[in-house]
Amino acid sequence: MNASIFQIPFTVIFVICMFPGNVFAQDGDLLSLLGEEEETTDYATASFKTNRVVNLHSLENTAAGVFDLKISHRFGFLSGGFYELFGLDNATIRIGGDYGVNDRLTVGAGRSSFEKTYDGYVKYKLLRQSSGKRVMPVTVAWFSSAAIKTVKWADPERENFASSRWYYTHQLIVGRKFSEVFSLQLSPTLVHRNLVSTLQETNDVLALGIGGRIKLNKRVTLNAEYIYVLPDQLAPEYRNSLSVGFDIETGGHVFQLHFTNSTSMIEKGFITETRGDWGNGDIHFGFNLSRVFTISKPKFRD
Amino acid sequence: MTRIMFLALLLTGITSITLSAQKYYTKSGQISFHSDTPIEKIEAHNHKAVSVLDAATGAMEFSVLIKGFQFEKALMQEHFNENYMESNEFPKSIFKGKVTDLSGVDIDVDGEYPVNVIGELTIHGVTQSVETKGTMTVSGGALSASSSFEVAVADYGIEIPAVVADNIAKIVRIDVTLDYQVLN
Repeated sequence: MNASIFQIPFTVIFVICMFPGNVFAQDGDLLSLLGEEEETTDYATASFKTNRVVNLHSLENTAAGVFDLKISHRFGFLSGGFYELFGLDNATIRIGGDYGVNDRLTVGAGRSSFEKTYDGYVKYKLLRQSSGKRVMPVTVAWFSSAAIKTVKWADPERENFASSRWYYTHQLIVGRKFSEVFSLQLSPTLVHRNLVSTLQETNDVLALGIGGRIKLNKRVTLNAEYIYVLPDQLAPEYRNSLSVGFDIETGGHVFQLHFTNSTSMIEKGFITETRGDWGNGDIHFGFNLSRVFTISKPKFRD
Repeated sequence: MTRIMFLALLLTGITSITLSAQKYYTKSGQISFHSDTPIEKIEAHNHKAVSVLDAATGAMEFSVLIKGFQFEKALMQEHFNENYMESNEFPKSIFKGKVTDLSGVDIDVDGEYPVNVIGELTIHGVTQSVETKGTMTVSGGALSASSSFEVAVADYGIEIPAVVADNIAKIVRIDVTLDYQVLN
């Protein structure tokens, strides 16, 4: 064989050429070759199982394109005793629905049997709690509602104005999901009544709601809320609303079972017209039943 | 003459070696899963899977953010993250494995090449060995990989409560499509 001086280096190069692939082909973390991962914004979700704590609106809204049918009952006072079967003989009801227009905006309406009241609301998430790329410690939502009672005039003889049937509520909801288990929110609220029955009462009522939940397991949470009405705004017979209950989630339903001293299920009612006294056993057993229907489906990109 | 032939051989040798020693990646891999029961069909899609394939060894990894799966129903998505995958605790699913017969794939020849994939799949914090068939597709010098395989939900410590046992399949199908780009 004519050993040319060329051939040896070529062979060497050839062998070397084969190597790099094998040199790099170690069992390393391949994905780390792509460098640092891009940080994403991680929004807190499921702070509450539904958009209500008990009566109060929670910081959650209805998902985009989803209709949430809500049927809510409050039975009579437990203090009615055995004669009233602890309140089961009586019930007030609100039938309503909430719709998620987009990820931030929810609208809803309902009709309550109590004083035959219709209500409608809008709720908008101003800030969303998030971690990661964009850090936001709290969720902030704005809530405004209007309600009209349509029960017949108490005294049809006198001059009655349609405007005196209207009630308005504005509320800021500031809350945080502190952990998987615990969420807490504050709800400073203004309720405006066009007409009040006595001079003692103010047309504008300021109140501060506080609501929270503790997750007992994946499908059950313990919820509680208390609404403190600032003094000298309501007649003395009215009390602050206190409610305690459980959310039980099964597939597409959430059952909220609770005890509350409020009869009404809308803001103007449970904030300014709660008569029940927990100390006297004036407690309603009640439930909210939530069933979601997906109206418009998001499109998949692939 | 022999020298020229040798040189030619050497050059083709070098090119084919460098090609096969190439690494490929994607950051927009498609992963979807499908749960079919007579009562309910559930599917979810994620189009942000990250993957790297080392053509020299066949080593392959992919990773996907659980929260990135999109469902038709928002509540399903919430339950998926909250109740089943516990995605705050286990944010990612990862596969680390090997395409065992990648040597049969010629990047210069368009076509579909059946391959075998073995490795370890981690879902919900539980790692299991998986072995499945896949397809490597070469089209105009571009490489993509796809596979469809089934996993038993119970193998990954995911509990399905009795109430919804008829709505969620015990075995779900996972489809993966990765359109690779050359990693420089």
